[in-house]
Amino acid sequence: MTPEQLSQMASDETELQQGVQHRLNVCMAAGCLSLGSDTLKSALQKAVSDRQESCQVKGVGCMGLCSRGTLVSLEPAGALYQGVTASDAAEIVEHLAGPPVGRLESSRNTPFFKHQVSVVLENSGRIDPERIEEYVAAEGYQALTQALTEMTPSQVIEQISISGLRGRGGAGYPTGLKWGTVAKAPGPLKYVICNADEGDPGAFMDRSVLESDPHRVLEGMIIAGYAVGASRGYIYVRAEYPLAIARLTTAIRQAKHLGVLDREICNTQFSFDIELRLGAGAFVCGEETALIASIEGGRGAPRPRPPYPAQSGLFGAPTLINNVETFGNVPAIIRKGGEWYAGMGTKKSKGTKVFALTGKINCTGLIEIPMGMTLREIIFDVGGGVPEGRKFKAVQTGGPSGGCIPEQLLDMPVDYESLAQVGSIMGSGGMIVMDDTSCMVDVARYFMEFCMTESCGKCIPCRDGTVQMYDLLTKISEGKAARGDLAMLEELCDLVKNTSLCGLGQSAPNPVLSTLRYFRDEYLSHIDERRCPAGVCACSAPVETRS
Amino acid sequence: MPAYSVKVSLPSEDKRWKIVNGTMRRHGYSRNSLIETLHTVQKSFGFLDHESLQFVAQSLRVPLSKALGVATFYHFFSLKPPGEHACVICLGTACYIKGAGQLLAETQSSLGIKPGETTSDGRVSLMSARCVGSCSFAPVALFDGEVAGKLSSQEMQTRLQRWQQP
Repeated sequence: MTPEQLSQMASDETELQQGVQHRLNVCMAAGCLSLGSDTLKSALQKAVSDRQESCQVKGVGCMGLCSRGTLVSLEPAGALYQGVTASDAAEIVEHLAGPPVGRLESSRNTPFFKHQVSVVLENSGRIDPERIEEYVAAEGYQALTQALTEMTPSQVIEQISISGLRGRGGAGYPTGLKWGTVAKAPGPLKYVICNADEGDPGAFMDRSVLESDPHRVLEGMIIAGYAVGASRGYIYVRAEYPLAIARLTTAIRQAKHLGVLDREICNTQFSFDIELRLGAGAFVCGEETALIASIEGGRGAPRPRPPYPAQSGLFGAPTLINNVETFGNVPAIIRKGGEWYAGMGTKKSKGTKVFALTGKINCTGLIEIPMGMTLREIIFDVGGGVPEGRKFKAVQTGGPSGGCIPEQLLDMPVDYESLAQVGSIMGSGGMIVMDDTSCMVDVARYFMEFCMTESCGKCIPCRDGTVQMYDLLTKISEGKAARGDLAMLEELCDLVKNTSLCGLGQSAPNPVLSTLRYFRDEYLSHIDERRCPAGVCACSAPVETRS
Repeated sequence: MPAYSVKVSLPSEDKRWKIVNGTMRRHGYSRNSLIETLHTVQKSFGFLDHESLQFVAQSLRVPLSKALGVATFYHFFSLKPPGEHACVICLGTACYIKGAGQLLAETQSSLGIKPGETTSDGRVSLMSARCVGSCSFAPVALFDGEVAGKLSSQEMQTRLQRWQQP
């Protein structure tokens, strides 16, 4: 596959797409699929052939506004339909030309869409993830040919460094720096790993990217392989994501067939192969050394660092590990240049970030926004605020490693440093909004239960500390605790945070610490008055006493 | 990876063993393919038992203790045969905030089993999941792998009763 052949393929596909008068894009990502979008797609196809319209019915990836599924978009007219079911198919097809079906119409002119900037999600909801031709027509694999034929590996790394891209898995380590370290590490054999073990509950960004635009991740990985001098890549993906696995498998097969993966990529000397590895349901495997142990076929137990995987990783070889979203940014950065990417975001956090908005919020779904937008804008403008007229209480970011951010801090810009400063973390991008019906002690207990069960058991602070903290939190939520227990809890938080082996244990106290910091009065109500202000916990005293 | 000639005979005539063996062969009987192979066993047989663990361990030349260690470390692997139907309740944060805990408690008491157990008639297995990634439709449960979102207690009971009827 030469660059000329690739652009020929792109123009053929574009011509093909322009050949049809109308196009109906049906969301076939996991969310809408669970609402029966596959039946809807068949119904639309039938309606189109019944009326003999010149209309293509296409399955596409996630359009973002999952709460209003099933979503269907009409091109080139631009209408967006929400809450569509198979019974609406005939009506939609009748209105292909003329005015759109009013009762199903959803506007793209809402804050939900207007404030978004798509980089990683640029093809989501627009292309058919199961056809490589469409990805190519959307400038796919252009960055790869550009990198292989016009750039040296160090020039690729330079662009990534200039872009200011930081690891999107949560910790925010500068990607260019990481690539540089692996590139400099000696050794004939190196590996690239894509961490698609999206374990944070309440987060589905990686899943959506893999389901909606799998080639993008492959392209990012191949470019990374070229830049660091690796010849083999692994995608470690959760077994709980069958659709993502199926689409990745298809994508890998197509990429090999096209000649952009495997041997002599784009007729150059560079060879790179990608294999899938399935996770088996262990949260700790999101930690890089545990992930490596799991790919090697063992229990996913982390090991002390250094040596970092960049020096000694998979099978002892230098290994580059990045998250799905990080790789998803790479093709766009190479295509448009590092400077372009660095033009978005804040001083220290560049570019965009994908978030999954869930919980007590009107527009649940997937969004991509420039770094630096405030939490208030994200929750109340993009997300449409808290439903049922209830009061906002906190937003939880970063999953079990993150914290709960209260109302008074909502005007803070979202970037790595600001979130860390208030005791939370960026994390992979789950944002769970809670209203006044949630009890913060109960939420802290929920996350501690999670960490307790997911602790791999290798180091004592995490293995035993999480159990002790969970017991204390249970005691508090049941209204059986004394002030001394709170002091003990704080002491344990400090101990576990500072002495655990890996990120899981080190960050396990975060939900407790952040709720203690901002919602201490709720803890005290449970302890001193034996009541739960939100009425969630079964405290000793009856709930009626609160009025 | 070096290829080894140690041949372990299949435990029985059951064709599914050939599928399991196929996975190991594709990976050159490399020890690293332990998890991949256990995935195939679980997919083919529904769960991992002593016989399959022993077969895989011998074929890949890993100690049985390591195979068992891996099988018990990961939540995805089950050492017990599954029921006829499986109900998986998602306990991810979004689902929890929207009342998945309550849903689980009700289901537990109506079925009389805990997560990870199967009803005595072997009809329904109850499981809980960390997060199935369908957070927009919280609370969510999987009924035989099919996602059901915005689930009410009533809907839950109706679906379970449908399974329990002969």
